[in-house]
Amino acid sequence: MLFEFLNPPFMQRALIAAVLVGITAPAIGIYLVQRRQALMGDGIGHIAMTGVGLGFLLSTSPVWMATAVAVAGAVTMELIRWYGHTRGDLALAMLFYGGMAGGVMLINLSDTGSNANLTSYLFGSLSTVSDSDVIAISVLAAFVVLVTVGLRRQLFAVSQDEEFARVCGLPVRVLNLLVAVTAAVTVTVAMRVVGLLLVSALMVVPVAAAQQITKSFKVTFVLSVVIGTAVTLTGTVTSYYQDVPPGATIVLLAIAVFVALTALAAPLARGRARASGTKEAECTLEVPPARRGADDVHV
Amino acid sequence: MPERESTPREAAPRPAQEAVIALRGATATLGARPVLRGVDLTVRRGEVVALLGANGSGKSTAVRSVIGQVPLTGGSVELFGTELRRFRRWGRIGYVPQRTTAAGGVPATIREVVASGRLSRTGLRWPGKADRAAVERAIELVGLADRAKDSVSALSGGQHQRVLIARALASEPELLIMDEPMAGVDLASQEILASTLREQVALGTSVLLVLHELGPLEPLIDRAVVLRDGCVTHDGPPPEALGQHALPGHDHVHPHAAAEPVRTGLLT
Repeated sequence: MLFEFLNPPFMQRALIAAVLVGITAPAIGIYLVQRRQALMGDGIGHIAMTGVGLGFLLSTSPVWMATAVAVAGAVTMELIRWYGHTRGDLALAMLFYGGMAGGVMLINLSDTGSNANLTSYLFGSLSTVSDSDVIAISVLAAFVVLVTVGLRRQLFAVSQDEEFARVCGLPVRVLNLLVAVTAAVTVTVAMRVVGLLLVSALMVVPVAAAQQITKSFKVTFVLSVVIGTAVTLTGTVTSYYQDVPPGATIVLLAIAVFVALTALAAPLARGRARASGTKEAECTLEVPPARRGADDVHV
Repeated sequence: MPERESTPREAAPRPAQEAVIALRGATATLGARPVLRGVDLTVRRGEVVALLGANGSGKSTAVRSVIGQVPLTGGSVELFGTELRRFRRWGRIGYVPQRTTAAGGVPATIREVVASGRLSRTGLRWPGKADRAAVERAIELVGLADRAKDSVSALSGGQHQRVLIARALASEPELLIMDEPMAGVDLASQEILASTLREQVALGTSVLLVLHELGPLEPLIDRAVVLRDGCVTHDGPPPEALGQHALPGHDHVHPHAAAEPVRTGLLT
């Protein structure tokens, strides 16, 4: 049967999670790319590991614990950005590596956790997505979509030119915090499917791929969500048949789409230029090399 | 671009001498260095004021303190008669920051960037028909109507500046604050910018602009304020044009010149 992969309940859960990740990760990622903070998701992913470890240690849901810790970490990052101008990068480094080391330590201290468990959070594991995970992921994903679509004009303005947005009277600090919190939530949404270490890739690569061929923010947004959903679904199904890690498969597929669209972009741009008749005339004038010295004006 | 009916400058309505910007005794520091040392700057309704000065004289800081982007260590700012801290009606102000590009990390069309300027009127609410019309008008004003759907990253330096000005005009402001709008702008774009500004001024818009030199905007300027080392050294009619290089605020800073600028201006 063609859609045999839809039968096992764990695959149904995995596919629901995959679609939600494919939508949410690029949806918030586009704002991070726009404000040139493409690696912020990576930092949040590191911090979230402490939350996963805490979840195991306290025998609560790792997803909700990771969400709480990631949100706290993202808010701290935003505060560092406001106040710690000079040594901000070092403060962030402390936060990232402290979060990662904390996670490894906590999970080893717990009775239920093991390094094998940690690995499933680091790189994603489809077979371990539970019903309660799916519910948590769905609730969190709804929040992410609400923010990224509902406030798209305001988030666009803040991410495009923060100073200008402030002079527009927009609540820039609140919006920045909202972006940070939403990014943190997205990290935990994506954690079960692609894993904490590869979350950031799914926030950034679909956006980078889409913008190779787009001219507007709106189309970039839609196309990156389409690419995100396509690669998470394809990757999930591939990993079901081929027994390859889903996170790595998804990210490699996304990069393949990026490469393909980049290759497509050059002829497309040429075609567009021809169509609008604005083809730049090339320089045909030969500059005699001997005259170079005489023209070397010093002011 | 359609030439709009423009009333002569003298005939433009100029009701009271109400100050739209009042900066009094402003002091500000950057680290330990004092950048503003007691600056007074007033722009009255309908007035076009140029803020001139050498690099590092504090003109950008002065302008950014007016809109609350640089905290003052002393003195006061009032916008439209309201203390800056209590001022909320940002839609009355159109701000053109000092930028070389209007592009961000993700492609955006001219219309999308200009539309973000309308947020000072709409805030968190949904934009309506009037808001969209204002955005289209702003794009038309800078002569980019035929390129509204193009990506801003495909534009020239002068066109970027025109997009930034259209973004400021999208809120239909009563006061335009522009920080070096002519920097890196080709001659054709300078002319378009000057005529856009002329139309706005004819409609009664007040303008404060930071300029490096008066250039093609000179005929529009009512008053010039010259800063030097954080102090006002001139406040009155624009200095006589004695050729570009003699203007105050013109420093001979060339990429390959000595570190210390050679000051040649009238007032430097």
